[in-house]
Amino acid sequence: MTEQTKIVDIYIMGKHYQVPEGLTIMTALEYCGYRLVRGCGCRAGFCGACATVYNLKDDPQLKFDLACQKTVEQDMYLAQIPFFPAAKATYDIEKLEPTGEQVLAVYPLIEKCFGCNTCTKACPQELEVMWYMSDILRGDIPEVMNKSFDCVMCGLCAARCPQGLVPYNYALLSRRLYGKYLAPRSKHLEDRIAEINANKFDADIEKLKKMDKKEIQKKYQTRDIEAAY
Amino acid sequence: MPYPAYMEGSIKKVEATREKRLKETFARLTDEQKNPLLEEFHPDFIKEAMRELVVGPSKGGRAPLELVDLLEGNARVDPDKIDLNKIDYDVDVLILGFGGAGASAAIMAHQGGAKVMVATKLRLGDANTVGAQAGTQAADRPEDSPIMHYIDTMGGGHGDNLPDLVEALVKDAPSAIKWLEDLGVCWDKNPDGSMHELSGGGASRLRLHSCRDYTGLEEMRVLRDEFRNRKIDFLEYSPAIELIIDDRGKVSGAVLVNMETNELTIVRAKAVVMATGGMGRLHFQGFPTTNHYGATADGLVLAYRAGAELIFIDTMQYHPTGAVYPVQILGQLVTEKVRALGAQLANSEGEQFIMPLEPRDVVASSIIRECRGRNKGIKTPHGEFGVWLDSPMIDLIRGEGTIAREIPAMVRQFGRYDINIIKEPMLIYPTLHYQNGGIKMAADGATTVPGLFAAGEVGGGVHGRNRLIGNSTLDIFVFGRRAGTAAANYVKTAKVGKLTLEHVRRWQKELAKAGIAKSRPISPRLLPDYARQPYDYLAEYAKEMLEPGQIKVA
Ligand SMILES: Cc1cc2nc3c(=O)[nH]c(=O)nc-3n(C[C@H](O)[C@H](O)[C@H](O)COP(=O)(O)OP(=O)(O)OC[C@H]3O[C@@H](n4cnc5c(N)ncnc54)[C@H](O)[C@@H]3O)c2cc1C
Ligand code: FES
Repeated sequence: MTEQTKIVDIYIMGKHYQVPEGLTIMTALEYCGYRLVRGCGCRAGFCGACATVYNLKDDPQLKFDLACQKTVEQDMYLAQIPFFPAAKATYDIEKLEPTGEQVLAVYPLIEKCFGCNTCTKACPQELEVMWYMSDILRGDIPEVMNKSFDCVMCGLCAARCPQGLVPYNYALLSRRLYGKYLAPRSKHLEDRIAEINANKFDADIEKLKKMDKKEIQKKYQTRDIEAAY
Repeated sequence: MPYPAYMEGSIKKVEATREKRLKETFARLTDEQKNPLLEEFHPDFIKEAMRELVVGPSKGGRAPLELVDLLEGNARVDPDKIDLNKIDYDVDVLILGFGGAGASAAIMAHQGGAKVMVATKLRLGDANTVGAQAGTQAADRPEDSPIMHYIDTMGGGHGDNLPDLVEALVKDAPSAIKWLEDLGVCWDKNPDGSMHELSGGGASRLRLHSCRDYTGLEEMRVLRDEFRNRKIDFLEYSPAIELIIDDRGKVSGAVLVNMETNELTIVRAKAVVMATGGMGRLHFQGFPTTNHYGATADGLVLAYRAGAELIFIDTMQYHPTGAVYPVQILGQLVTEKVRALGAQLANSEGEQFIMPLEPRDVVASSIIRECRGRNKGIKTPHGEFGVWLDSPMIDLIRGEGTIAREIPAMVRQFGRYDINIIKEPMLIYPTLHYQNGGIKMAADGATTVPGLFAAGEVGGGVHGRNRLIGNSTLDIFVFGRRAGTAAANYVKTAKVGKLTLEHVRRWQKELAKAGIAKSRPISPRLLPDYARQPYDYLAEYAKEMLEPGQIKVA
């Protein structure tokens, strides 16, 4: 930190601390002496372990974010919420149909969504959660996949839903149905697997395996390279 | 927090040279040019940062100081104080770690009919795997072949890779992609169903399969869901702190600790699959890291103590492009996909200094040279140095909207701090990313210790001395699946003898004999300690009360 670093006042579970400006909620907790076990995973905005709530001194409205990404602000009140288990159905993906009715059959509670949009407001990834819920109800699985794709499954939507729904699990099932049943097949992938199973490359790879370091490096140096774009 | 005003001059230069650079192709370096660059600037070549191991099966080998300390560490368990007759779980296959490798191994071992259990350090899937953005390699296009994939992988690894492992990697790759798709992974595709593939550093073909820039997240959440559907037993926040070996020398389970209560759990298993991932959180040479919170080399420590040979642990991968500004995301990954899509690197003068898709060790070294050797880096307000990654070029090359569509995670991450990477370049510097080596293993994941299998980043040999992009999220599925299947087969005939911790006793004696027991820390590390603690009376007091052999986490 340079000399001009500003100091920010924050409150961790009620107690006042002063921390240098520019820390994230996570690093501010550590700066104040907290050693995290729960609520900390990738530390980079991908795993959803660090979902957190906070509010500001004169603003009682609860706000939501990822502790590893959100910068601390003056007069922030912080509390860590542990990740809690949410209802997940078990199913055999091989036996499902890629339809909205199917998702509803696995998770019948979805019908209880009354469109309050609290989930959307809670999403730290700014996904349109309520809209993908309605896409499920309309049976538009590709749209659910599309709108929910960047979901890190942090659980904040479920934590906030007044109906006790778990949107991120419904989206996960929908995406799996899309990937498995609805995405167009890759013929070249299947062809290649067939070729490998027919041992088409074995003789050549055997030859390469026998090369010494010098030979293989020479091969590498002189290989032709496809244009990147 | 947009860029500070003093950087504007340099950003202007990057903008001014953009058009010229668009037409410019920077020649790939020859070996004669590469080697001196690596030797002078790559962190692996800093002699003072390495030390020789004085105990254990790889005695005489070198590795980074921080790793050697842990490999030579004192055990957390005291064999005299643990009752191995009190077995909490009795299973066929115990899988340690639940990233992509552990998940694949668990599913395959379960499919193979074994009674499986997973123990992992944080939550299921809190792992390096979720962080993977760019993609997974597999030679499945007609223009490509497993032969080319083999040559690229060997070349990237400087020819030191173990050929049997590379063969398995490239031949299994397309079926690993298909396996994931059949489980529901949504690969990026063209409208006709063909895979939308990109090029990656050191690869001679477009071969990277992606799921936007959330590839690892997508792979992980699908596998975790499948795993949960199979109702396989698992324990979270319960890392392994020692392996258990039976009286015939076979790995036969593990001691786990509940990180919140310090309670121990004894698992008896006919086979153990080590899938504990990497070690970025050891911060070699003070480098920041892209790795998740639990990446502390535990698996290497446990396997080493149990007698497993390690290979290539003196070579780490420093990802060329970690964020250096803003400080909130220091060290976090800027995916190679940014370069794969066409972004170039530029120094403070806006000049290109390297072909952006050279292998990673070469690109990283060239950035360090620009900053430390040529004084053409940009200094951040926190005193770090970096160079520009010219992201706006991508839309110029591939059309408007490409950046938003292909790398939404990056747009979001920088956007949080008011940096618009569609219009402005990113400031980057190398960051500790990956352990190239690990536990020596065979193509079915078997290690040099019976009963112990390894898969994923903790394993060593497949990537030689430098891993290519997209080969790691491939390796975890290829070898995770192989190790799971092999373990399930192995347990069909394996019999567990009497459980012991004799190897720990022998280990402590060896440390004492070498005169290092007192000077080495307790390991495995389990978690890094970032808490800034003034004076903690309780902890100081506790330290005095505990002998080496303590189990406490903190
Ligand atoms: C940010 C980032 C981006 C990346 N991008 C790419 C990419 O685009 N393409 C690519 O191919 N590769 C990429 N990589 C590399 C690749 O993602 C990893 O090498 C790979 O996913 C490792 O998988 P794994 O299953 O071996 O380990 P991990 O996914 O790290 O899983 C290890 C698991 O073991 C657990 N564990 C650790 N210690 C213990 C213990 N003592 N007991 C029990 N459990 C324990 C951990 O908590 C974790 O759950 C990237 C890596 C990172 C960090
Ligand atoms: S720790 Fe993974 S999202 Fe914050």
